[in-house]
Amino acid sequence: MPSVEILSRIQFAFTIAFHYIYPPLSIGLGLCLVIMEGLYLKTGKLLYKEITKFWIKIFALIFGIGVATGIVMEFEFGTNWATYSHYVGDIFGSALAAEGIFAFAMESAFLGVLLFGWDRVHKGVHYFSTIMVAVGSALSALWIVIANSWQQTPAGYRIEGHDLGARAVVTDFWAMVYNPSSIDRYAHVIIGSFLAGAFLVMSVAAWYILKKRFVEHAQAMFKVGLAVAVIAALAQLFTGHRSAHYVSKYQPAKLAAMEGHYDSLAVADMYIIGWVNNKEQKTTGIKIPGGLSFLTHGSFSAPVEGLRATPPQDRPGAVNFVFQTYHIMISIGMTLIGLTLLALILLWRKKLFQQRWLMIVFAWAVLLPQIANQVGWYAAEVGRQPWVVYKLLRTSDALSKKVTADQVMFSLILFTLVYMLLFTLFLYLLNRKIQHGPDIAGSTHDDDHDQYYPNNLTNLPS
Amino acid sequence: METILGLDLPTWWFLVIGGLITGYGVLDGFDLGAGALHLFFNKEESRRLVLNAIGPVWDGNEVWLVIAGGALFAGFPLVYGVIFSTFYIPFMLFLVALIFRAISIEFRSKEPWPWWRKMWDISYTVSSTAITLLLGLVLGNLIHGLPINKEHEFTGNLLTFFNPYAILIAFTTLSLFMLHGAIYLVMKTENRLYAKLTIMVNNCSKFFILCFILTSMATLIYIPHMTHQFKNHPELFIIPMVAVFILLNIKRNIDSRKYFTAFFYSCIITSCLLILFAVGLYPNIVLSTTDPSYSISIYQAASSNKSLKIMLLIAAIGTPLVIGYSIFVFWTFRGKVKLTDMSY
Repeated sequence: MPSVEILSRIQFAFTIAFHYIYPPLSIGLGLCLVIMEGLYLKTGKLLYKEITKFWIKIFALIFGIGVATGIVMEFEFGTNWATYSHYVGDIFGSALAAEGIFAFAMESAFLGVLLFGWDRVHKGVHYFSTIMVAVGSALSALWIVIANSWQQTPAGYRIEGHDLGARAVVTDFWAMVYNPSSIDRYAHVIIGSFLAGAFLVMSVAAWYILKKRFVEHAQAMFKVGLAVAVIAALAQLFTGHRSAHYVSKYQPAKLAAMEGHYDSLAVADMYIIGWVNNKEQKTTGIKIPGGLSFLTHGSFSAPVEGLRATPPQDRPGAVNFVFQTYHIMISIGMTLIGLTLLALILLWRKKLFQQRWLMIVFAWAVLLPQIANQVGWYAAEVGRQPWVVYKLLRTSDALSKKVTADQVMFSLILFTLVYMLLFTLFLYLLNRKIQHGPDIAGSTHDDDHDQYYPNNLTNLPS
Repeated sequence: METILGLDLPTWWFLVIGGLITGYGVLDGFDLGAGALHLFFNKEESRRLVLNAIGPVWDGNEVWLVIAGGALFAGFPLVYGVIFSTFYIPFMLFLVALIFRAISIEFRSKEPWPWWRKMWDISYTVSSTAITLLLGLVLGNLIHGLPINKEHEFTGNLLTFFNPYAILIAFTTLSLFMLHGAIYLVMKTENRLYAKLTIMVNNCSKFFILCFILTSMATLIYIPHMTHQFKNHPELFIIPMVAVFILLNIKRNIDSRKYFTAFFYSCIITSCLLILFAVGLYPNIVLSTTDPSYSISIYQAASSNKSLKIMLLIAAIGTPLVIGYSIFVFWTFRGKVKLTDMSY
């Protein structure tokens, strides 16, 4: 049987990767909902209320699975990584507690109002709840990213004790919160989430347009999604660059792995596409000579620290994996910019919704930000190895001492089965909600007795 | 050692975590109890009504568990690691049960097919019952103590957890939550369902009184350190007496249709039992049955004073907010449940 370490790492990677399908969608959809419901309040058009209601139902589905799989993450620190928990508790714990008390409580409480409160509260209060849910979901990402960033670039701490009894103790709370990478990484994560949500909205809208169903609603949704996506895709270029910059400064071994750069101090190239042979320590592919030197130091001939500058036992082993995941993320990022700009230009010229091929592309493009979000994290986390807390605690030292391989095997199999079921049900129900579409006033589906908008029939889009 | 209002910081955190766990017990307790009772309702409409009675609030209630977990991680990281890795398999099953509880509530109403609804009804009851029993089992083992060696490592196996005392506590927790859930549902329903529920409250309270008497006896006989605390502080006898007094009053309240008072009382009972549990443990969190000196006290497990102070501030700002949100939501959805197009 594989070792406890490998099994625990697989389990953590699997459960967090699965979990991470959902929170970015919640965050992105949260923003789209705020815009949609805001448009409804501003214009009074029933159409916007209908699409808001439609997306709230999908939001609830996504949020529910995000919560259920998120609690697993919190407890897994204690069950599988007890030494790590003890080591970082003083620091990480406060961020996690802040997440629960400031962010998660806010989202969960107001979601009830969002879903069931249409007829119970005034529309202003409902909109307030929508904003609180959106803000709450974005805030929960903040605390989680702060905690993770502390693992990447520890700050504001000192070490107490030694060997396996050692732990990090907070000395400066704000230095811990604003550690060198937290703000840049948070911006990168949150914008990645906006993209995930916006592309889901556009995908569903594009599909309706292709099927000629709910066309007017679909076009309105698409525009909301596109507005978010255009800005987010361009902003991501900036936050991505900032993130790469912090990596070059604080985690040179990770950056070297991302570009497959081995020479300890030499001009570094930037690859468009390539392959790393870790045995021979060689990278081949299409490259911009000196590109990495230029990006990190502003000069094509500046030397950059390579993998060989770090002792083999202190640098990531899966170099090609880090290289590929990082490059997939960048390629997707560029594609998203191109796609959204093209859509924007066509919308400007009032030709967008006639382009069937582009609608087909957008229907599938929902997968792109999802993949980019996933592989971006793979690169960040695998690139940090062999450390769980960079240069302080090795992943292999972070385990629970008394947990055995067969226990982890049991839970891993259990989670695999449950998550497969969960994912199947999620896709099935998501598809059903999409097939059903928004409930439109006057249609057979409508059984919505709306007491607050008695004259809504006059506002029907013609 | 630094103190605030006469209490040292680890004690403050012991209280905060105790308060959060009590909050979880009081709030999610009725969701779980309603879930455990779900299959006793036969008609589709009844099942929908009781599901929608907890519909808008269960998610917010579960947050208390997340916060309590985070607070334990933050306040006593050593204990967080020890407890969670010791109860590895029970906690994994607990997590899976939490997932199934959540998706049962969410997915049940999504298809009209009888087999689909029945499947989720069963899953809902089984998962709610399992969550409650597992929580009770862990609680029971913590009161009873665990074979922990000098290095704070668990030396038992899975069977260690299934001692008679812990099993008794598991069932006591189940009976308590079922009673609590039934009273909540009485408050939220009307007509025939309401009539059925008043009978259910009666049966649940019998089940609970039985468990309560057995637990009290077993604790006095087998858990000497609990008895010890009572001997040293006889004033603590007030807590179980309050619990018994309240229990006798619940039925009277239901009969005179004071549901809110009845529900308030059942919240107090849940709190009383958890306070007893905390009193019995303090100042330890994990008791060692191997040698009492191997027990982990709050002082050994606590985070640094600085961290505890920062987090106390976070809790002082955050807790009123969370309570505010909860009150807002409960107020918005006050009164009897009605089924609408947005219902489950």
